[in-house]
Amino acid sequence: MDILAFLIQQTMFFSIPLLVVALGGMFSERSGVVNIALEGIMIMGAFVSMMAISVLQDTMQGQGLLLIALSVAALAGMAFSLLHAYASINMKADQVISGTALNMFAPAFAIFVARTVQETHTKDINFTNTFRIESVPVLGKIPVIGPWLFQNAYITTYIGIAILIISAILLYKTKFGLRLRACGEHPQAADSVGVNVYKIRYAGVLISGALAGIGGLIFVIPTSTNFSATVSGYGFLALAVLIFGQWKPKRILFAAFFFGFMKTISAAYSGIPALKDLDISSGIYKMIPYIITLFVLAISSKNSQSPKAAGIPYDVGKR
Amino acid sequence: MNRLKKWVNSPRFSDVVASVGAIIVGLIFGLVILLITNAQQAFPAFFTILKGGFSGGAKGIGEVLYMATPLILTGLSVGFAFKTGLFNIGASGQLIVGGFVAILVGVKGEALGSYQWIVAFLGAMAAGAVWAAVPGILKAVFNVHEVISSIMMNYIGMYLVNMLVVEMVYDKLKNQSLIIKETAELPTWGLDKITQGSGLNAGFLIAILFVIITYIILNKTVFGYELIACGHNPEASKYAGIKAKRNIVLAMVIAGALAGAAGALMYLASTGKHIRVVDVLANEGFMGIPIALLGLSNPIGVFFAAIFIAYITIGGFYMQLFDFVPEIIDIMIASIIYFSAFALIAKNLIAYILKRQKKKEKDKPIEEVKEAKK
Repeated sequence: MDILAFLIQQTMFFSIPLLVVALGGMFSERSGVVNIALEGIMIMGAFVSMMAISVLQDTMQGQGLLLIALSVAALAGMAFSLLHAYASINMKADQVISGTALNMFAPAFAIFVARTVQETHTKDINFTNTFRIESVPVLGKIPVIGPWLFQNAYITTYIGIAILIISAILLYKTKFGLRLRACGEHPQAADSVGVNVYKIRYAGVLISGALAGIGGLIFVIPTSTNFSATVSGYGFLALAVLIFGQWKPKRILFAAFFFGFMKTISAAYSGIPALKDLDISSGIYKMIPYIITLFVLAISSKNSQSPKAAGIPYDVGKR
Repeated sequence: MNRLKKWVNSPRFSDVVASVGAIIVGLIFGLVILLITNAQQAFPAFFTILKGGFSGGAKGIGEVLYMATPLILTGLSVGFAFKTGLFNIGASGQLIVGGFVAILVGVKGEALGSYQWIVAFLGAMAAGAVWAAVPGILKAVFNVHEVISSIMMNYIGMYLVNMLVVEMVYDKLKNQSLIIKETAELPTWGLDKITQGSGLNAGFLIAILFVIITYIILNKTVFGYELIACGHNPEASKYAGIKAKRNIVLAMVIAGALAGAAGALMYLASTGKHIRVVDVLANEGFMGIPIALLGLSNPIGVFFAAIFIAYITIGGFYMQLFDFVPEIIDIMIASIIYFSAFALIAKNLIAYILKRQKKKEKDKPIEEVKEAKK
């Protein structure tokens, strides 16, 4: 297999979860709720759907099981994000604190349940990967692009792309999208024309929960053979992608692929002759995405396009 | 009695009630989970958690204080930043770079003799300060939100330290940092003997010293007053001539130095903690957040919150006897934080109840007078 195809395939595995989770974060923040709980929601989504897979995998395999697991992940993520929505919308809690609580809760809960329920009493949930598609029928045979995009792939990649397109349409071309954006910029104005700010914000947080839950699962499946209550900080990375992408779907796509590519390089640089000769420690490659994010933030934050009302609880009295 | 009444009516009282309320609700939530997993063992296990370090006698108490030592400092770090209106989620990164510098001096600085541990400690503080200065400067100059830049600095710190450990002080066999020299270890001053062989050392006393220092800075100096003013209302304090930008950077630097000190106290203990070369962020840094929240960012509150967290964590350790998984403690702490996020509502509720009681007291004599007239 040539190196380029390998790199592109690997980049997909790292980028798509980032893309999906960052899009999730986008819905929450553009509705006006800061969601730093993405990491925790990812863990929760991955954990519950992994449990489902480990229960069901004796009776079914392949894409059907994966689709069921994806729905389970989305539901688990939504249910978990309800806690954040309740705290930050109804209780007007500090959204960063509530998010931190969820981030702490999820791994503890996953380890606790896994060790209590599983017969092995370990926190690791093993699964058999029956989801890889060797080559997509017809499309995989296209020269050049075939091996890049349609071989050694997962349907999650295509679902991720579909989520991107749907998100962009939902945000910019529908009534709901307009209302969502209005609630994140100026909720009082939205309220004055009859939009229910609470409902829209609930919708925003729940969508982010569903997408982050899915993101957790599609992060674990291609890159590992077990789940041990961690998504390696991908939720925080997705947050960086979201800001890097300036809360806009197209830019988020670009940012996600940039981060995914850097992650791929840091994981696989020893297999690339040109980079191996440079003799740079893997630590440097691992640090680069974060350092670049800091630079980009420094340059772009002066005229940052963050939603103006993000992080501020909606108070009807403040007009 | 009057002083008590005054205290009850002050906002600080409702703060404390909200914190204690969150703790109680969080503990009950943990009990419910224990009951669901194994109803028979749930209560004995729960009481073991409540008994905490006392289950282990003097040694147990020593272990609690030993464990609380770095937590006090990371709690102070997060709390100090909170007071200035900054959320220092980067204590983890600051702690690990501090810890690395401490270990580096501890392994290579034999020439320093008996000053070795002091140099290592100060070096760690400096490293943590530098690490926190980056988000501080980014915030002050470029308006970058400190939460996201501190998260980035956490990862950069972790990867950098892992890389430097491998290059400079690497124990290849165990995949961790080398053992520090004996002269670099924190003195125990007999504390370990008093607590019958626990890991307790001078670090705990140093942590108390820092509690006092931060308390004085925040409450008794002009500088501290300015910091708190910036936290309450940046616009107004700017109007009053306070240099907000300078204060943001300084607050972060102090917070970072505290987290760096936590790293030093962790890795300079004679009980042999090492930096393991794995891609995991230091958890002690993140624990600073719940501790600062529970302690209401007040240095003395932080001190007790850290001891409480260490206390139930050790309790969770003893609870394993009942075949429960110790992560239940983390679940409890997380739910305590979640409920403490409701503090605003709780405070308003308490204030409302107190007000109503006051009103009743006020109204009473008038009614009595009215009745008397009839």
